[in-house]
Amino acid sequence: MAFRSIICRKTLASVSGFQKEARNIGLGFRHARELQTFTLPDLAYDYGALEPFVSAEIMKLHHQKHHQTYITNYNKSLEQLEEAMAKGDSSTVVKLQSAIKFNGGGHINHSIFWKNLAPANEGGGEPPKGALGWAIDEDFGSLEFLVKKMNAEGAALQGSGWVWLGLDKESKKLVVKTTPNQDPLVTQGPSLVPLLGIDVWEHAYYLQYKNVRPDYLNSIWNVMNWKYADQVFVHEKESC
Amino acid sequence: MAFCCNKTCPANSHLLASDFWRPFKIPKFQYVKKGRFDVSQRASKALAFFGLTTPPYKLDALEPYLSRKMLEMHWGAHHRDYVEGLNEQLKNNDPLYGYTLDELVKVTYNNGNPLPEFNNAIQVWNHDFFWESMQPSGSNMPGEGLLQQIEKDFGSFTNFREKFVDAALTLFGSGWVWLVLKNKEKRLAVVKTSNGINPLLWGDFPIINLDMWEHAYYLDYKDDKGKYVNTFMNNLVSWDAATARMARAEAFVNLGEPKIPVA
Repeated sequence: MAFRSIICRKTLASVSGFQKEARNIGLGFRHARELQTFTLPDLAYDYGALEPFVSAEIMKLHHQKHHQTYITNYNKSLEQLEEAMAKGDSSTVVKLQSAIKFNGGGHINHSIFWKNLAPANEGGGEPPKGALGWAIDEDFGSLEFLVKKMNAEGAALQGSGWVWLGLDKESKKLVVKTTPNQDPLVTQGPSLVPLLGIDVWEHAYYLQYKNVRPDYLNSIWNVMNWKYADQVFVHEKESC
Repeated sequence: MAFCCNKTCPANSHLLASDFWRPFKIPKFQYVKKGRFDVSQRASKALAFFGLTTPPYKLDALEPYLSRKMLEMHWGAHHRDYVEGLNEQLKNNDPLYGYTLDELVKVTYNNGNPLPEFNNAIQVWNHDFFWESMQPSGSNMPGEGLLQQIEKDFGSFTNFREKFVDAALTLFGSGWVWLVLKNKEKRLAVVKTSNGINPLLWGDFPIINLDMWEHAYYLDYKDDKGKYVNTFMNNLVSWDAATARMARAEAFVNLGEPKIPVA
């Protein structure tokens, strides 16, 4: 146990590095007396770059309308929260929590999602090699099994939500989880870190796949950015 | 089991008198012989199944507000999948044989610990109710009796409309918005629910519902929920159906002394 805390202390130095990286993916931190608000992060690829697996029409709407709306409403809720906190208005503070969770979660989840995707000619769909690849084989038996499991859970999800491949930092194991609505993965367990998330809200696939969610789930693996997932996995595994 | 009084059929041929009643869905059952033909009849297995009800109007009748293409998807694919999924599940589930749909949703809800059949059953109920909550060229104001009750419980019709639209736009995720007659409080209210949850499950009486799952509007309205909800309120609500449902609900909920006009 003591050994572990020694390693943990080392990671404090990397916190500021993490902050910087977090800011790059659209997250931010509250500075004293200055409310940090958020803006829509750019995609690293064109809207049409994921065709034919995810249509340009969907990517554009998903990014410019849906994600933007989450950000707008998140900022609004944060402003209202700051006001309520300054006034000591507890009932408003508590009332705002669900809007913050929903819109903030939407922002977090979609920011990760854009990074999870890459065009086929930029490595999208290439199976994971290295540490993550081995961990998948260890924890799930094979990549095929992991994909099958995530597809099954994604298809079975009632209503709106996400299906995740996550790392449990405590047990150091990979897990597959689903979250409802825009709940971030951390709501399923404080030690869970998202590596890959697939949006199974209907807006993520309806215009192209209509109600056939399983087809969408099968297709999206062709543009999955395993390199990013591997990066996050390696980084998180080394820290506590 | 539908009543069809030819005398009282309204002029609009796409509305049937039968639509003003909420028919209990009696499951059709059929006996299926198992085993080979040359052996004597063994105990036969009874199956319950539900049918896909058709909306009381053609699929293009709600244009230009809801396109035929979208209704073909919504009714023909989503609603149909719920029905067929439910029937698949009921095939293997003898204890659930024989319930009407109203009873089945309550039984499978299991007081908040839903059985696997619940999701399909409740969505079949909700969609049956939804098609009948709309009509082509829906009137945008309820008739006198219902209007009076709305004004009593919301202050004004405008206030009710605002509350309904607001509930629809602040719903997080998939769900439904309801105008409901509350059993205990004995008044109308606007309620929003997640996924397939239905106020019927806790003993209230739905009067109108609106599907806020994305599949209900995405093909026609994309992400513009506001336009969809306002269009529904302005052009599609079937206040006739609402009035009939209200009349039935009042048989269960005592709303107080009626206003008897003095001559």
